[in-house]
Amino acid sequence: MSLIDLSGNFLFIAFIAYLVGTLLFGGAIKNTKPDGAAKRADNWGKLAIIVTVVGFLAHLAYFITRWIYTGHAPVSNMFEFTTAFGMFIIGAFILIYYMYRISALGLIALPVAILIIGYAAMFPSEADPLVPSLQSYWLTIHVITAAMGQSILAISAVAGLLYLLKAVDPKSKTKSRFWMEAVLYFCFLVVGFILATVIFKGMGYEANFSYVNAQGKELEITYNMPAVFGMNDYTLLTDGKMEPLVEMPPVINAKKLTTVFWSFVIGSVVYLLVRLISRKRILEMLHPLVQKVNLNLLDEVGYRSVLIGFPVFTLGALVFAMIWAQEAWGRYWGWDPKEVWALITWLFYAAYLHLRLSKGWEGKKSAWLALIGFAIILFNLIVVNLVIAGLHSYA
Amino acid sequence: MEKLICVCGHENPAGTKLCGKCGRPLTEEAKESKIVDMKYDGAAIRSKTRNKSIVDKVWNFFSSVKVGIALIIINLVAASIGTIFPQEFYISVSTEAEKAAYYEDTYGSIGKLYYELGLSDVYNAWWFQILVGMLAISIIVASIDRGIPLHRSLKNQRVKRHESFMKRQRVVAEGPVANGDPAQTLNMIEEKMKSLKYKVRRDGNALLAERGRFSRYGPYINHCGLIIFLAAVMLRLVPGFYVDESMWVREGEVRAVPGMEGYFIENEAFILELHDNEKTENQELQGVNAVAKNFQTNAKLYKQAEDAVPGQTDNLELVKEYSIRVNHPLQYEGYSFYQMDFRMNELSVMNFQLTNKETGEALGPVSIDLTNPQDEYIINEQAKVELLGYYPDFSGFENGEPQTLTPTPNNPAFIFKMTTPEHPDGEVSFVAIQQTIEPNGDNEYKMAFQGVETRNMSGLTVHKDSSIPLLAVGGAIFMIGVAIGSYWNHRRLWVEQLEDGTIRLAAHTNKNWFGMKKDLDAVSEYAKLPKYLDQSEEIEEKEGDSAL
Ligand code: HEM
Repeated sequence: MSLIDLSGNFLFIAFIAYLVGTLLFGGAIKNTKPDGAAKRADNWGKLAIIVTVVGFLAHLAYFITRWIYTGHAPVSNMFEFTTAFGMFIIGAFILIYYMYRISALGLIALPVAILIIGYAAMFPSEADPLVPSLQSYWLTIHVITAAMGQSILAISAVAGLLYLLKAVDPKSKTKSRFWMEAVLYFCFLVVGFILATVIFKGMGYEANFSYVNAQGKELEITYNMPAVFGMNDYTLLTDGKMEPLVEMPPVINAKKLTTVFWSFVIGSVVYLLVRLISRKRILEMLHPLVQKVNLNLLDEVGYRSVLIGFPVFTLGALVFAMIWAQEAWGRYWGWDPKEVWALITWLFYAAYLHLRLSKGWEGKKSAWLALIGFAIILFNLIVVNLVIAGLHSYA
Repeated sequence: MEKLICVCGHENPAGTKLCGKCGRPLTEEAKESKIVDMKYDGAAIRSKTRNKSIVDKVWNFFSSVKVGIALIIINLVAASIGTIFPQEFYISVSTEAEKAAYYEDTYGSIGKLYYELGLSDVYNAWWFQILVGMLAISIIVASIDRGIPLHRSLKNQRVKRHESFMKRQRVVAEGPVANGDPAQTLNMIEEKMKSLKYKVRRDGNALLAERGRFSRYGPYINHCGLIIFLAAVMLRLVPGFYVDESMWVREGEVRAVPGMEGYFIENEAFILELHDNEKTENQELQGVNAVAKNFQTNAKLYKQAEDAVPGQTDNLELVKEYSIRVNHPLQYEGYSFYQMDFRMNELSVMNFQLTNKETGEALGPVSIDLTNPQDEYIINEQAKVELLGYYPDFSGFENGEPQTLTPTPNNPAFIFKMTTPEHPDGEVSFVAIQQTIEPNGDNEYKMAFQGVETRNMSGLTVHKDSSIPLLAVGGAIFMIGVAIGSYWNHRRLWVEQLEDGTIRLAAHTNKNWFGMKKDLDAVSEYAKLPKYLDQSEEIEEKEGDSAL
């Protein structure tokens, strides 16, 4: 077996371990009667964390073997970076777990990592050659530290989500209930994206188009999903494939829009099916599972993870980034979109910390802020990489 | 200024929440609250004590954390606006009109609006810089406002605190010692707390155990670092502090370095290497054929002799030879040369033969250096070619005159006057690539095109930034400050043993209650202290257990 295959297998093992770990954490927090259930829960919890650690080690083995194979830190395309991000989230969870021993966190952290790895797997997993500016050990240091910082910050969102799952009453019609359901719905959209990619790939769907870009150049593009939106001035080149329904102006990448469309459709169908079968909101299904968590403690976990993550993030995403930029381009700061969004993330968490200084910005409000912070991190990962053009764009 | 006199007799400045000596609540609000506000240990902050003059009002505005947060958010939003469309410095057009056209053509009317509102250059807008400036002022003012009183109250802590202070802490306990010798209790607490790395002070029947006080200074240190950093950024505006020039050097050329008086750089060769991998799926998706592996300029840096005339290139002294690559700038005396751009295969020399059209007889070669053409090329005594006109980037005729778009030899065109034995007065011919015009009808001779020589050109930028050391200092202080404030926390335990031997205790931490409680559990177990109560959990109505 070649090193790269071995590496892929390690990743697969990690993925399976996280799935099993999620189930075990589910068992650990199940609300059963006190006839020795506490002890049983404890055993489940112990097993769950062991499986998680094993998964993490396999994930690390993936990372290291791929590093050896490609000769550079595997963080240089969308697949590699996102997979590593998933790994660091698990790492950060393990760290916080050993500080606070809250099993219920695993019930959120593991599925989040699973979704992130699933998302990563939808991108080409081949190793790409590095352009000259990326051939620097500062790249390695910068990206890995920044991703670690983001992952620790992400744990505050995990704690926040858990907090809100318990604190938001699924029975009363409130704004919080609406937004919680929206957050959970978003998770279904990620599932929708994964399903859409897998389904159409499985069907071998491919349709070629020619189109004209903003500069008036004629180019070709391949869609891997039925084209709902057509590129500017498109012509279908493959026989027997669907003609787009709507044509888009050249600023909009209609191919990506089509992907978003199918993710929405499929994600929403799955969401509606689950709602129809259970006849409950997703929030209502999860709410009873988390009754035993201690809100005060969760609030502190959220705050502590921001405190721990903030300096790491600053170091990786700003300090090391500036050193590298200085070395590569002679300017430590260039207002590139990705840079700006790192700054925005940083300012946002600074605002979070300062808001906690004034009373009332603890508990629920703080939990919501943590979720917004994670949304900014995801925005930086997904939208800034894939939609906004810049030095860092992956596609 | 008005003073608040506590029942214990201590004089406190107006605005103080908790007496600086005994800790008794002084304000109505503090008296009514179940858990007191321990920010700044209840000390009065400057902004709470004065509010008369304009200066006070401005001061109070900037010291408010609410205002500070608002400024952080406003800066955040303003910065994000600049990422909607690419900023002007990322698009490769230069004139205002071209920029306006670019935004309108590429992004339609929204793009036009974006440009007209100046959002296409947000980060250089005056209002953006004012926002950053206000943030900086806010940081400075707030830090002075709170830092000094906090420092005072931390330094002057009394061991003994009043009951009303103790009872209003978040974690409290009161009751008899479970078993053992009450007379030994304080000693045991001291012993245990010391083993937990606390500093312990005693005052009669009272005890104060404290740990990690220095972490309270973390935010002030990091704010200080931020300010130094911002100041360093501003230093760039000082003339001479900052050099940022770009230059093009062709292979074989020696050019004066802009912004670096008396220095010349030579481009010996420009090298472009490509990866020879099979096209990956991502390359396929992005329509990239080959990925660059290396951009490199083999450069020589020269210094002019001391007494040389400015611009003179003889007598140069080689000071450094280096292969400039991306991520590997040439560095010399604070200046750095970066590999930024390149142009491959620029036309450098065009070769012709002066040829008789009919017989095909060649009189001799003419080789024209396109960056440095001569007026006259003498072949022999009777034959020469004069260059009447040279158009390096020929773009067509206007009123019969040939035009050139740029001074770069992208599409060279010439007007030759060919003097030959048959035509001592010369024949005139206009020659461009794939085009020849003979204004006087049929010439006997022509300039037969033989071929071109090309060379590469490197785009380098020259940088000097003397603010970097200060920037690094600011950044380092910031990092140290955040680390201190984030990874350490201030924990305090006040204990008083009452006359009847019972224990009253209260604990406070600025961050890590989980850790504080662990310490409390340890000392309670050891010294058999009464069970403590977290009053905030009571308020939250206790649900579930923390074991999970
Ligand atoms: C981007 C700008 C800023 C950054 C990165 C920053 C950073 C920080 C950090 C990391 C802390 C510690 C927070 C904690 O431990 O929970 C802090 C505390 C604080 N900051 Fe800032 N800050 C910034 C701007 C401001 C501004 C504009 C104000 C003005 C009101 C301000 C006022 C304070 C105050 C009063 C504290 C609390 C100090 C204490 O606990 O004694 N900061 N800051």
